[in-house]
Amino acid sequence: MAEYALELTNLSRHFYLKNGAFKEPTLLKAVDGISLRIRPGETLGLVGESGCGKSTLAKMILGLLEPTDGDVLINDKMRGASSRLSMSRQLQPIFQDPYSSLNPRKTIEQIIRLPLQLHKMGDANSQQKAVKDISDLVGLPERLLTNYPGQLSGGQRQRVAIARALILKPNILVCDEPTSALDVSVQAQILNLLMDLKKELGLTYLFISHNLGVVEHLVDRVAVMYRGKIVEQGTREDIFQNAQHPYTQALLSSVLTPEPALGLPEVLDSSAWNQAS
Amino acid sequence: MSDATSTVSTVSNANTFLPVVPEWRRTLNRFLGHRGLLMGSIILGLIVVLAILAPWLVPHDPYLQNISQRMIPPVWHEKGSWEHVFGTDKLGRDYLSRLLYGARISLTIGLSAALISGLIGTTLGVLAGYFGGRVDAVISYIITTRLAMPVVLVALAMSALVGGSLQMVIILLGLLLWDRFAVVARSTTQQLRDAEFIASAKVLGASTTYILVRELLPNILSALIVVMTLEMAHAILLEATLSFLGLGVQPPMPSWGLMISEGKAYMFFKPWVIAIPGIALMVLVLAINLVGDGLRDMNAPEGRN
Repeated sequence: MAEYALELTNLSRHFYLKNGAFKEPTLLKAVDGISLRIRPGETLGLVGESGCGKSTLAKMILGLLEPTDGDVLINDKMRGASSRLSMSRQLQPIFQDPYSSLNPRKTIEQIIRLPLQLHKMGDANSQQKAVKDISDLVGLPERLLTNYPGQLSGGQRQRVAIARALILKPNILVCDEPTSALDVSVQAQILNLLMDLKKELGLTYLFISHNLGVVEHLVDRVAVMYRGKIVEQGTREDIFQNAQHPYTQALLSSVLTPEPALGLPEVLDSSAWNQAS
Repeated sequence: MSDATSTVSTVSNANTFLPVVPEWRRTLNRFLGHRGLLMGSIILGLIVVLAILAPWLVPHDPYLQNISQRMIPPVWHEKGSWEHVFGTDKLGRDYLSRLLYGARISLTIGLSAALISGLIGTTLGVLAGYFGGRVDAVISYIITTRLAMPVVLVALAMSALVGGSLQMVIILLGLLLWDRFAVVARSTTQQLRDAEFIASAKVLGASTTYILVRELLPNILSALIVVMTLEMAHAILLEATLSFLGLGVQPPMPSWGLMISEGKAYMFFKPWVIAIPGIALMVLVLAINLVGDGLRDMNAPEGRN
């Protein structure tokens, strides 16, 4: 077994922003030299505010965006060294918006079955059986298989997305804010499903979120990202009880509490962490 | 009424809160509820059937000249007869027969030209929209170049150079009318390019061809079908224009544009010679446009209930 399920070494992605025809473009370091290691079976939470580069990082891990510098290693193999098909059998994404991640013109069965067809796994009968099995596993009623995504609720759609991601039996899931588009009542169901699947299948998760409550609920380790860099990482207890970096402290203090009497969170002075980083 | 009762009984039987109406049934109801679409489809369907069955329906050979029976007025005229329902033209050919055969030419040209231009325009538009960047710059330039050319003028010049015939008109219009397909395909593709289901297919290892043809195309098809109806009507009108100017379909073929052209010398004294093919042309184009508008309404999510 590989030592690390997912390893990022000095991964960077820079963008040039145009400022008009005659001006120098500005350099934006969306992801700036990130190194991360996730052991098999571990859940790493990547937290940070909007625009800090979380999704750019996810795109590079998924191979949707070429890194400017650095490497992505999946089960100790370089991404790019083997084909997209073999990579996709090891690592699958769960996207943020279940309203855009399912093709509206295909039935649920076609959507879940697509990975098997692309990978030419099994004949029609075994594929149909696999679709039914995986639907059972993610708690999707069989009668929905002939429906179109437009007829499903957000939670059901996210279950379809999870089924599609799992049908190739990958060992790593990259979840890019998998619950932020869902109702709060449904969020918990999907998170519990993800945790159950982890136990049952021994999955490794990279869990990207800006929702600290969600992250605290299910991760083993946390990495805090700010302006394209990892400013702090450690176990869940380290980060949530004993944050060292001022940005992490500010991020934690910005969480709204369920107690109305406590009022709005105090806003910390941003100069503190800008100097520190 | 019977429809409403059956829905109610389904609810009570199935013990669910939502009435179980199958998808095809809802589509049919939307179709029947849209007057314009219904009317357009009926008229268009009728014209298509008449055109297909023309050889068995026509009372006379549309090419048969009979100098002794020239310029017979239509049946509603006091000198008309049931022998020639729409009268005869200056060479004594039966007008109804020529009209029915003319429908074949109009529909053939409309459909073929729209298909050719649809193929060209959709390919260019999808490629430009999906790949963006330099590909988009080059294709957008080609689209702009095409938009800068006046269609009628170019079509006239080209048919004057190579000579008019049915095939030439089809090819010419097919090569000229793809701009709207390209623009619509490009913008709809741009909207879908970054959708997560496309990203998901990419991560799964699907080829670009698969993504474009199987994932993307079905989602933009409804918009393209609407454009197709518009371009069909456009092509039919342009064919009539070219034939009227003598550079399209050549006599003695019974094209509606040609019939108007041949009748124009008589229009002040025997107005039906141009009124009959003119009205036929108007009704056909109107029906196609009604169908196009209706399809657009059916596809718009805000029109659904």
